[in-house]
Amino acid sequence: MNATTIGWAGLVGSFALVAIAIALSFWQRLHLTRSIVWASARAAVQLLLVGIALRLVLDSKASVWWAWLWVIVMIGFAGFTIRGRAKEVPGIFVLGTLSMATVVVVSLSVIFGFHVFPVEGRTIVPLAGMMIGNSMTACVLVGRRIVGELSDKRDEVEARLALGLSWQDASRPYVRSALRTALVPQIESTKAVGLVFLPGAMTGLVLAGVDAVDAVTVQLAIMYLVLGSVATSVTVIGLGLTRRVFTPDHRLRLIVRASH
Amino acid sequence: MLAIMGLDPRANHEPALLDFDTVSFVGLDGATILEGVTLGILEGQVSVVAGPSGAGKSTLLRLGNRLEVPTAGAVRFRGEDLGLSDPRVLRRNVGMVFQKPIPFAGTVRSNLKVADPVANESELGNVLQRVGLDSSFLDRVADVLSGGEAQRMCIARTLLTKPAVILMDEPTSALDPKNRLGIEALARELANEGIGVVWVTHDLDQAHRIADRIHVLVDGRNATASETSLYLAQDTPEVGT
Repeated sequence: MNATTIGWAGLVGSFALVAIAIALSFWQRLHLTRSIVWASARAAVQLLLVGIALRLVLDSKASVWWAWLWVIVMIGFAGFTIRGRAKEVPGIFVLGTLSMATVVVVSLSVIFGFHVFPVEGRTIVPLAGMMIGNSMTACVLVGRRIVGELSDKRDEVEARLALGLSWQDASRPYVRSALRTALVPQIESTKAVGLVFLPGAMTGLVLAGVDAVDAVTVQLAIMYLVLGSVATSVTVIGLGLTRRVFTPDHRLRLIVRASH
Repeated sequence: MLAIMGLDPRANHEPALLDFDTVSFVGLDGATILEGVTLGILEGQVSVVAGPSGAGKSTLLRLGNRLEVPTAGAVRFRGEDLGLSDPRVLRRNVGMVFQKPIPFAGTVRSNLKVADPVANESELGNVLQRVGLDSSFLDRVADVLSGGEAQRMCIARTLLTKPAVILMDEPTSALDPKNRLGIEALARELANEGIGVVWVTHDLDQAHRIADRIHVLVDGRNATASETSLYLAQDTPEVGT
């Protein structure tokens, strides 16, 4: 493999594109110059710090436990991020964190159990990161959607409960609709891959000099992993959240929707 | 003979099918909605619960279907505390019809099947007939039924659970006069079949038309005898939500 590195000079060169964005902002009086500079600088600092830390974690001599510790921290941050994006969803921090942990355990067990990738720091961290990153968005979507459906359709849900249905049966049509909403974009993006866009991991591998077919197989494994992870995470949120908004004696609790 | 119930509605010692015994309910915001309400619902009668807006009538019905749980006191069905029974079984015995018709997505058939998934075509046809609709409605989309048809379908859906009591929360408030009278007649038929009908209304004319007994609530409690007389003597029925 011919490893591709762009070096510091290359990085500075790529900054020319940011200069173009700044020039466009001036020309069109978008008043975004400060935001563009701040976003670019912040991304550089954040990624460089992550890169330095990752170098330590991914070092072939480093203990694999550092990688697992990194994953645990990622799960915690994901929980906070989900809570920040879906404040109106009751108990979302615990559910979101639990969902991310479940995704990591299930998906990595499959991937490493079937020896798809070796158990090393350089595989654990990026794979977990991709699963968590993709699942997080779906979790926020499904959590907000369930709360929205059950509060908008409260009359219908209570009419079903009043007929003697259990909370599971009374909520099923609405939870199913929310789960579909969260999963369909992932399925669509899986279908469109290669035709409409080249996914990130594959692009990165090709840029790094890996053979295109090898890059495709890695990408496929990752896409399947992500699809499974998103399905797992939204199911955990869906079941957990629905249980939480009903009482054990089959009554719907008051859900307050956030105003937008 | 119409019985007007005041402070102690169980004074006649008739055994109640559904019994509200000194029931209180405090909302999540801490507001007292019901305070020590006592009334009994008898088999084969239309019991009207009347009272001004905010008297707690709808909350009382929700307690009867166990969509809410009393803060104090007890609600009993056939002598058993609702808190001790399986809510799913209880709700099939004490059915509920809401103020606005609530059709579910799909056809009338799929709506009825929610209440009884194993009901056959003949049972579905019969229950529709009971509420004044015919079998041709089975394939109609529930969302596009008229208000009166939709409310009849909702009653049919509830009847499929074979309830002993039906709680009706202002079931004609969204209907035109013709449909209103039709649903009233249906309530009377159900009572004649032995079902205990509880009918919440603001409309005093309607209350007098359909009630075997009237229970008046004021400010979340049983009205006193004088409050009951005063309320029922109003010339203009109060209309509200």
